[in-house]
Amino acid sequence: MSDTTTKIIKAGLKKRYAKEKRFRFFGLMSIVISFVFLLVLLISIFSKGWSAFQQTYVKLDVELNEEVLGINKFSNKDALFSARYKKIIKNSLKKKFPGVKGRKQKRALKNLVSKSAQYELRDKVLKDPELLGTTQSFWFLAKDDVDVFMKGNIDRTLPESNRRIKDYQLAWIDQLIAEDRLEKRFNTQLFSASDSREPEQAGLKGALMGSLFTMLVTLSLSFPIAVAAAAYLEEFAPQNNRWVDLIEVNINNLAAVPSIVFGLLGLAIYIGLFGVPRSTPLIGGLVLTLMTLPTIIIASRAAIKSVPPSIKQAAVGLGASRVQVLFHHTLPLAMPGILTGTIVGMAQALGETAPLLMIGMVAFVAEVPGSIMDPATVMPVQIYLWSDSPERAFSERTSAAIMVLLAFLVMMNLIAIVLRKKFEQRW
Amino acid sequence: MPIQTLLITLIALLLFSFFIGSKRSIAVSSVRKGRRNLHSRPNYYGFMVAIWAGLPAIFILILWSVFNSSIVTSLTIAGLPEGMQIQSKDELGLFINEIKNLSSSGNIESESDLVKKDAAFHYQKLEEISTLAKTTLVFVIALLGMLFGRSLVKPETRARNMVETVVRWAMIMCASIAILSTVGIVMSVLFESIRFFNAVPPADFLFGTHWSPQTSMRSDQVGSSGSFGAIPLFVGTLLISAIALIIAVPLGLMAAIYLSEYASSAVRSFAKPTLEILAGIPTVVYGFFAALTVAPFFRNMGESIGLSVASESALAAGLVMGVMIIPFVSSLSDDVISAVPQAMRDGSYGMGATKSETIRQVVIPAALPGIVGGILLAASRAIGETMIVVMAAGLSAKLTINPLEAVTTVTVQIVTLLTGDQEFDSPKTLAAFALGLGLFVITLMLNIAALHIIRNYREQYE
Repeated sequence: MSDTTTKIIKAGLKKRYAKEKRFRFFGLMSIVISFVFLLVLLISIFSKGWSAFQQTYVKLDVELNEEVLGINKFSNKDALFSARYKKIIKNSLKKKFPGVKGRKQKRALKNLVSKSAQYELRDKVLKDPELLGTTQSFWFLAKDDVDVFMKGNIDRTLPESNRRIKDYQLAWIDQLIAEDRLEKRFNTQLFSASDSREPEQAGLKGALMGSLFTMLVTLSLSFPIAVAAAAYLEEFAPQNNRWVDLIEVNINNLAAVPSIVFGLLGLAIYIGLFGVPRSTPLIGGLVLTLMTLPTIIIASRAAIKSVPPSIKQAAVGLGASRVQVLFHHTLPLAMPGILTGTIVGMAQALGETAPLLMIGMVAFVAEVPGSIMDPATVMPVQIYLWSDSPERAFSERTSAAIMVLLAFLVMMNLIAIVLRKKFEQRW
Repeated sequence: MPIQTLLITLIALLLFSFFIGSKRSIAVSSVRKGRRNLHSRPNYYGFMVAIWAGLPAIFILILWSVFNSSIVTSLTIAGLPEGMQIQSKDELGLFINEIKNLSSSGNIESESDLVKKDAAFHYQKLEEISTLAKTTLVFVIALLGMLFGRSLVKPETRARNMVETVVRWAMIMCASIAILSTVGIVMSVLFESIRFFNAVPPADFLFGTHWSPQTSMRSDQVGSSGSFGAIPLFVGTLLISAIALIIAVPLGLMAAIYLSEYASSAVRSFAKPTLEILAGIPTVVYGFFAALTVAPFFRNMGESIGLSVASESALAAGLVMGVMIIPFVSSLSDDVISAVPQAMRDGSYGMGATKSETIRQVVIPAALPGIVGGILLAASRAIGETMIVVMAAGLSAKLTINPLEAVTTVTVQIVTLLTGDQEFDSPKTLAAFALGLGLFVITLMLNIAALHIIRNYREQYE
């Protein structure tokens, strides 16, 4: 009888082993597929975004004609400030490409350089009025279309009607390239300028400062509150107390509430009830504090719990009060774990977008915020705003902004890992 | 005095209080037997004086700041000429806003409207009085508190116990913020929702199949009422979440099984953190990826095989959302699979089962409650996810379950209704809060169910 059973088992064995192999393969495949997704995501963003770290500049010979400008080197500051620099740029382009006819072509010619050129020229003249009356060659920011073309993102073999850059524009650009008057340089604009409607002038400084202020508010509120809450729950809270149970349930639930609901809370309570000004890092920080609290509390509790009771007992034995034990022994020993949790929570807050849309941080802000009460936007919201803009050059900048944001997140997480590795104690 | 200066001065005053507190304690102790005579160490007397100086003053400061704007506004309104006060609430609000802008702009003199000019001056004056009164009051109370605290410094005063009681209460208050914020969430969505349901019957909202919240400005325009049937939104949300779960659950679960049962520790230590990267990427990045890479890819693929795929298809949003929650499913499943006792696996191997048979017939059934709990948590994450759908899903509410068409979701509508210019009272903005209430209730139920299942399961094996 046992022979027949063995036979049956042996007959099915091949099939079962094949099944085993298949199962294992599926497991491996699902990991591989997840990795592929991650790779595709990163590659698609990096391949789009790296070119935004370069920016095209145009060299123009500008004749700073005192008559056209209506000023001379003895004019006062106001006159220098409001002179007609636009005309100078236009004249210089006209001189470079004589014989441009028709309104459309004239406008296209003007659009070779960015609108910021006249302000750059103005600043140069303000700095050194001696320039007036001379002819100088300066590098100016090129318009976004030229920039996109220079980066090879406009296919010149396409029929003219399907192209953003027309044939006559191509001819100009080719001539400029031939004369070495077009150059790609590292894009300092991206880090030194604030948001703008013109893609070539738009930068991340405003958003970076906004994020910095928002994170400062979040950190300075959520860290002390979370550590105090965690210390209370671990060290002081009475067992089987209704209030304590309620707190624990609430912390767990808050960790899973959709982030957008916190935005509704910010809108109704902070803005509607308390009148906190909208669009400011202050309100953003207040909302993000509520979101990061559960993360930091949970991490801090784990860290506090891992401090061995023997240390606390020794302190109590020497006459320390419970509060003294906490502040002199438990918290310092738990601090690496608490800090790791805090950094992870901050990284989450840095990437959070949805609740900030509710409280007005989507507004277009062209100035760099100087304090927590100034209107501001933050990095992820800036990404959202730029991704909505139709210009090709903005899509590239969006990817670059994502790369900057990811760099910050990677840095924060690395710090957290290093902290954990360096200070982790096994008791 | 601006608020920053006030706070900095107050902090300086607190430091000073600490200093005189501890000095005073040393002074009183040295009269008799020296420092050993003190009940607490000098620092605690310093803290005690600082607490007496700081707490009441900060309390007053907060109260004043909270109520300041409403009191000043109502005083300004009371100061308006007779004819102005009978305006409707909205007009009055608008007028007050203009006055506030005017007085903060700094050139009131240039205003031509005399009533506005007077009101703006009045407003500015009231603000000045209020700030002055606030500053004086805060400092007087701080100084009085400091003096009172100082008078308490005697060798037999139990300064440490007082300070520790305050610290303990502060800790309790910090812990209670968790409750406060839940209450805040419930109140904010509930009150606005009740106002919304006064305008729109709940049955229309819950069972209506037509969603077009655009209300017109004038009552004689066509389609002035707007319709608020939320069914298409909930169906759209479920559709995208379902697609996300169809992708995330098998992939996440199989990844967890492979990592915990098959993978060598070297593979595991590399693959696990790499998977976690997916969870750390901000959702706005996923949204950008979905809108600019995945959605056009699906559309082109659909075109090439003759299918019409919307450029904001539910499929693209769902797929990317699925990728986002893979690490969520896998790490939760990994935890529960690792918690299944080795003895159960050994028993199964002893009976001659292969590894995959053991996993499928022993480990998974044993871990099932935990896995289901994890999937529920992932579902609640998917339902509440905002940025991916805002950027990659559509805006028009279409009642369909075809994943190739564009659908809209609850979160998308909340964002659309609440961003941009808005008045706070129209049913349109209130509808966002009603949707938020729905979202909160659904995710809350999912979370409670999930936590309940996971907790009950853990007790079985530990």
